[in-house]
Amino acid sequence: MYPIVLLSVLGIVTLFLGFSKSKNILLPAVLLFLAIALATNFFEWNKGPLLYFYDMFRVDNLTLAFNGIVLASAFMIVAISGGFQDNAEAEPAEYYALMLFSLVGAIMMIGFEHMIMLFIGVEILSIAMYVLTGSNKRNLRSNEAALKYFLMGAFASGIMLFGITLLYGATGSFDLNAIQAYVSTTQQAVPSYLLYAGLLLLMIGMLFKVSAAPFHFWTPDVYEGAPTIFTTFMSTIVKTAGFAALYRLLSHSFTGVYDFWWIVVAVIAILTLMVGNIGATTQNSFKRMMAYSGISHAGYLLIALTALSKPTQNAIVFYSVAYSLSTIVAFGVLMLVSKEKTLDGQPDERYDAFNGLAKQNPFLAFVMTVAMLSLAGIPLTAGFWGKFFVFSSAADRGIIWVPAIAVLMSTVGIYYYFRVIIASYLKEGDLGEIRVAPFYKIVLILATVLTILFGLAPGLLEGLI
Amino acid sequence: MLTLLLILLPIVAGVITLVVGANSAKQVALIGALAELGLALFVWSQFDPAAGVQFAFKYNWLASAGISFGAGLDGISLLLVLLTAFLTPLIILSTFGHTYKNGSAFYSLILFMSAALVGVFAATDAFVFYLFFEAALIPIYFLAAVWGGENRLKITFKFFIYTMFGSLFMLVALIYLYYQTPGTHTSDITAFYQLQLSAKSQGFVFWAFFVAFAIKMPLFPFHTWQPDTYTESPTPATMLLSGIMLKMGVYGLIRLLLPIVPLGLQTYGMLAVILSVIGIIYGSIIAIQQRDMKRLIAYSSFAHVGLMAAGVFAASTNGLQGAIIQMLAHGINVVGLFFVIDIILERTKTRNLDQLGGITQMAPQLSVYFMILLLGSVALPLTNGFVGEFLLLSSVFAFNGWLGAIAGLTIILGSVYMLRLFQMSMFGSRSKWVEGFQDLTFSEKAVLLPLVIMVFWIGIYPNTFLTISEPAVSHLLQLVAK
Repeated sequence: MYPIVLLSVLGIVTLFLGFSKSKNILLPAVLLFLAIALATNFFEWNKGPLLYFYDMFRVDNLTLAFNGIVLASAFMIVAISGGFQDNAEAEPAEYYALMLFSLVGAIMMIGFEHMIMLFIGVEILSIAMYVLTGSNKRNLRSNEAALKYFLMGAFASGIMLFGITLLYGATGSFDLNAIQAYVSTTQQAVPSYLLYAGLLLLMIGMLFKVSAAPFHFWTPDVYEGAPTIFTTFMSTIVKTAGFAALYRLLSHSFTGVYDFWWIVVAVIAILTLMVGNIGATTQNSFKRMMAYSGISHAGYLLIALTALSKPTQNAIVFYSVAYSLSTIVAFGVLMLVSKEKTLDGQPDERYDAFNGLAKQNPFLAFVMTVAMLSLAGIPLTAGFWGKFFVFSSAADRGIIWVPAIAVLMSTVGIYYYFRVIIASYLKEGDLGEIRVAPFYKIVLILATVLTILFGLAPGLLEGLI
Repeated sequence: MLTLLLILLPIVAGVITLVVGANSAKQVALIGALAELGLALFVWSQFDPAAGVQFAFKYNWLASAGISFGAGLDGISLLLVLLTAFLTPLIILSTFGHTYKNGSAFYSLILFMSAALVGVFAATDAFVFYLFFEAALIPIYFLAAVWGGENRLKITFKFFIYTMFGSLFMLVALIYLYYQTPGTHTSDITAFYQLQLSAKSQGFVFWAFFVAFAIKMPLFPFHTWQPDTYTESPTPATMLLSGIMLKMGVYGLIRLLLPIVPLGLQTYGMLAVILSVIGIIYGSIIAIQQRDMKRLIAYSSFAHVGLMAAGVFAASTNGLQGAIIQMLAHGINVVGLFFVIDIILERTKTRNLDQLGGITQMAPQLSVYFMILLLGSVALPLTNGFVGEFLLLSSVFAFNGWLGAIAGLTIILGSVYMLRLFQMSMFGSRSKWVEGFQDLTFSEKAVLLPLVIMVFWIGIYPNTFLTISEPAVSHLLQLVAK
């Protein structure tokens, strides 16, 4: 609960800090704010479940764990943003304030107990993201991405709201407990098709936010067009919050109609895996590949959701951690490399930009390799255990065909993740010297060490909640 | 505890090698590998074949999920660990004539590879087995992709994806088996042995395992990555691939496939043996037509592993014992042969048989060593290949007379391509390529002599090794018969 209040206030403080003459205090201040939010978040550990805001917001260990992931990711992303010093047109105070506000939205989505809270959370998060996507205002791509994201996002919000309305019509309540009670009693006796329709529409809205196929069409363009730092934000925080919300929704209220929705989610999971993995193989741009890879990881998480078995909760938490760490490293290295190399005046975001990276900067090549291995799910990295827990949760439910297809798809994944490793180690290139700021380096090292640590000792994270 | 030490020692040595820098990397790596060999020999001296799994080590890795880091040695594991520990220093020593750029990385990768291989052979927990099985792929990929030949990028990429693809099926099978174990689930391999699966699910698990291990070995028709990868890799990587890594596949069949899915074996064993036998004949025939020496040995390796697999699928004492002793023999011979080829390549700058000839006159010592290793490979009595092939063929014959007869052709075909290799490179008129050919140097002899000693040791007194694995094999066969 503390982070919501703190971040709302501190976001406004950040806006005022923008008026200050000295631009250098902004970044440390925002980092401090995030650190405070992260620390206070865990004050309520093991105290829950607690209900706030007229029972609309729920704090339990799961909420806190997801909050922790989201806040820690935000901390790392802000740390590598470098204060937007190199861009004269940038408005750092506004960007940071928007990031803090969107975190408030993410936390609301994570802990919602009431449909209105969910909707407000989604909107706060999304509107901030629309603005940040278009923040590179002289760039055509960025503008296009923002508009596309906004229009599609608005539709999705509408559909979601429609779903919530139908659910209200069926159950007479916005409260998750009341809906759960309805689903487990009245719905069992007299099935209401209004409820099914409402649930489907609500899920479509949510699946749009986490870029599951066939609602993924915005993802590659938006990820590519947005400034890379905000792409990182989008692909880690929005996705984690989206899955936390989906998990809470389905596990809390709709276990009674599992037989109805599981096949829908299973089919979407498979479709998402196929679109993501196969789409990624045909890309030449690393950034676009990461967009498709983000889609495919949504597919793996959906598998855990499909099963909704005992290991699911753990699988989603672990997977989100592993995925966020590697994604931050991957985009972080991309930002450094593409700043160094340009193509027709634009940052070069193709695979070829990484050619010869190992020779020029072995450190960057190494952290990138670990990140790619983790995303590909190679053992001894956190990503492996993430996939392992996801497949386990499906196997626990006795669903074998879904992980079997997912395994095939993760082989495809190795193909495109390894292209970066090959480019940086085995190809000759003409990269200039890359300067890595100390803060930047610490984040990359931290993320890499955690990836390997959780790969060696998954027990550190598993079963914590 | 000793088992854990066996796994950790090469890793530590590898890290030290990485740190000391390129100049002394070779020597440090060699010392590390020799220390590992010493440790392995000590473990052997403490080992009691009749006592089952020994030196067991168990650490609760994922306590809530019943997954523990379990390692231990029975007779079969011990022999393969000994093989790894014996070959690694020789492989490192064999590179002393070369200078590899980024030497410290090169040698530390070899040591990491050897740690992963020991881990595979010593694992008593299915997920630990899987972990090392996959982890072995990363060092070998980089060894082949960074220091390999011309087409290395494409070929090693294919190799990586191909083998990864196979082992992911194994992962699904392992997760499935894990959830079949009673209670809070465990991934201990012995718990998997106790499962009573239906015939249908045994069939699925059988094929998942089969694909994983068949790609690794490789068996027909999953072998297409192998000749290219063997040819393009730098010789030490080829030695690791064919000498030890190939054995991971055979070991996996013995350790996991046979005892876990005996019903699957009953149903599909015939098909598996037929595929293996096709591989023997197919590999031999292609080997006969090769001009590139390295490729020829690659195909011969493919043919030999087919026979080992056929013996394993026959699931008899002779078959398993033959496969185990043949794994040792093949590891020793193939490392020696690749080394001889590397020596010839380095001095003449060619591997093409048409361009070679008459080396005997220039290098009599080399040709003697070459001949002994080659005869071991074609299974001449009193050499190491004979024991294994004899046991293997007798087991395949007992399984099915016709298949046994076809598999028996391997002895004839093997002599054809091997003797042809020797004749075209060593005898005949001296070509311009072999002018000024130097005979063996001291360090080269230091590699070849231990190998040749082992050729005769296993050939003349195989009981040293057969008795180690015998109790473990009969225990395993009881599980298969269950």
